[in-house]
Amino acid sequence: MICEACKQQQATVHLTEIVNDQMTELHLCEACANQKGAQVESHFGLADLLAGLADVGKTAEVEEEVSAKTCPGCGMTYNDFRKIGRLGCDECYTTFKRNVVNLLKRIHGSAHHLGKGPARLAKPSSQAKVELAEMKQRLERAIEMEEFEEAVRLRDQIREVERQEQRAKSKKSGS
Amino acid sequence: MPKELDALLTQTSEWLRGVGPSSEIVMSSRIRLARNLEHFPFATRATDTSRSDVLRLVQEGVRHASSLRNPLSLELGSLDEVSRQFLVERHLISREHASSPEHRGVVIGPGEVISVMINEEDHLRVQVMQSGLSLREAWALIDALDDELSEALPFAYSSDWGYLTCCLTNAGTGLRASVMVHLPALVITKQINKVLHAITKLGLTARGLYGEGTEALGNFFQMSNQVSLGRGEEEIVENIERIMKQVIGHEQTAREGLTTSNRLQLEDRIWRAYGVLRHAQTITSNETLDLLSAVRLGVDVGIMTHVNRPTINDLLILSQPAHLQKLDGSKLSAQERDSKRAGLIRQRLNATEHDS
Repeated sequence: MICEACKQQQATVHLTEIVNDQMTELHLCEACANQKGAQVESHFGLADLLAGLADVGKTAEVEEEVSAKTCPGCGMTYNDFRKIGRLGCDECYTTFKRNVVNLLKRIHGSAHHLGKGPARLAKPSSQAKVELAEMKQRLERAIEMEEFEEAVRLRDQIREVERQEQRAKSKKSGS
Repeated sequence: MPKELDALLTQTSEWLRGVGPSSEIVMSSRIRLARNLEHFPFATRATDTSRSDVLRLVQEGVRHASSLRNPLSLELGSLDEVSRQFLVERHLISREHASSPEHRGVVIGPGEVISVMINEEDHLRVQVMQSGLSLREAWALIDALDDELSEALPFAYSSDWGYLTCCLTNAGTGLRASVMVHLPALVITKQINKVLHAITKLGLTARGLYGEGTEALGNFFQMSNQVSLGRGEEEIVENIERIMKQVIGHEQTAREGLTTSNRLQLEDRIWRAYGVLRHAQTITSNETLDLLSAVRLGVDVGIMTHVNRPTINDLLILSQPAHLQKLDGSKLSAQERDSKRAGLIRQRLNATEHDS
């Protein structure tokens, strides 16, 4: 079996995770596994490993494309951003989107927010229910299609939405 | 020096009360949220006008928060350097915040549990600080406060990336949870590096007493999460709490080892530290932290019974440079501070001997 990260070496490290009774496997060579070593040892889960793998080979092309851009919101250029490592305003996130996504994945192992949002954007519970049902359908489909990265992402999202609902419920009953 | 600050000098901050779960090892638990206002440039691109607008908007916005009734609201530009340093020593503002005060502010709630820094790296840095290992309680408080603030202020938020922050390392939840622990036994038994290494692998970082880039003076370490995106707030908080319980377990084991197999050496170390503190005529703040750490260990393992934890905590904070100068009411040179510090410590420890 060939390593799924570098696609060159023999895979000697095999990882398994069960999602909704579906088994997912990841096969890596020792060098690639060592690179992800910290994450493997602390059971960071396949989501992060897969997110990390998505970066391979993409970076160079993205940087070239973005380097000419200037943020319309604050005038920050891509070079400024690279130099100081910080963004200039909320619009920079969309201006430098592809780079931001890549960096977020590298820093956090994910580019998808799980967690709370501002109270003014809170969805009515009926809408939230419909969305949750849709997400569960998408998860089943992703597993059928063996799109495991998507499946892991959806699973985490569903867990978080359910957690938030629990929170909202307990807040209501508390007050 | 503004009068409002004098009130803080005589009150004990919530996080210094020396109570709460595992308070023999955990000094305090802190959670902070980074938030920015939509359409205003971040600190990196801010102008004097935008900074001053943000300051006004946030000062106005926090009035709507029920947990911030009658707060102490200060503009750093109108405070002298000692007063700003005083706020840093109390962990109400960061060193960075104190260093360039123009158009920067801080809003402090009752008991110093809540503080909101305005125009730090992000427009708002909201923090809640509690005694002992109380991250869940801190989260409940800050979650409710954040809900209220988010109704009054238009936070920059995207459903993909969560709260948009100046630095990508804070994006998503904008949440940093940190626990300040006192780990003298792990340091004495030279196991601390192993522990620090292990927590790094588990996605945590360790810093010194005053955060980023500071030394672990007095065997105090601040441990906090690195990842703020891709996990829910409660998951982050629960993860740190779980890891901290293991760290606490290791420190406890190391303390038991020291008190059983090396008891005489440990007693000697603790009483010598006490002897120096009790009689020194001049002492630096670093030496003070070091010796107070030993005495605190003595109190926590029951070797020293006439001193209590709040006394040590009081000395930890009051012996810091800006606190000494505020107590004295005048600006002091380093030499004068060392002498005043020694005097203050002698007097406080003397009082404990007569009380018991």
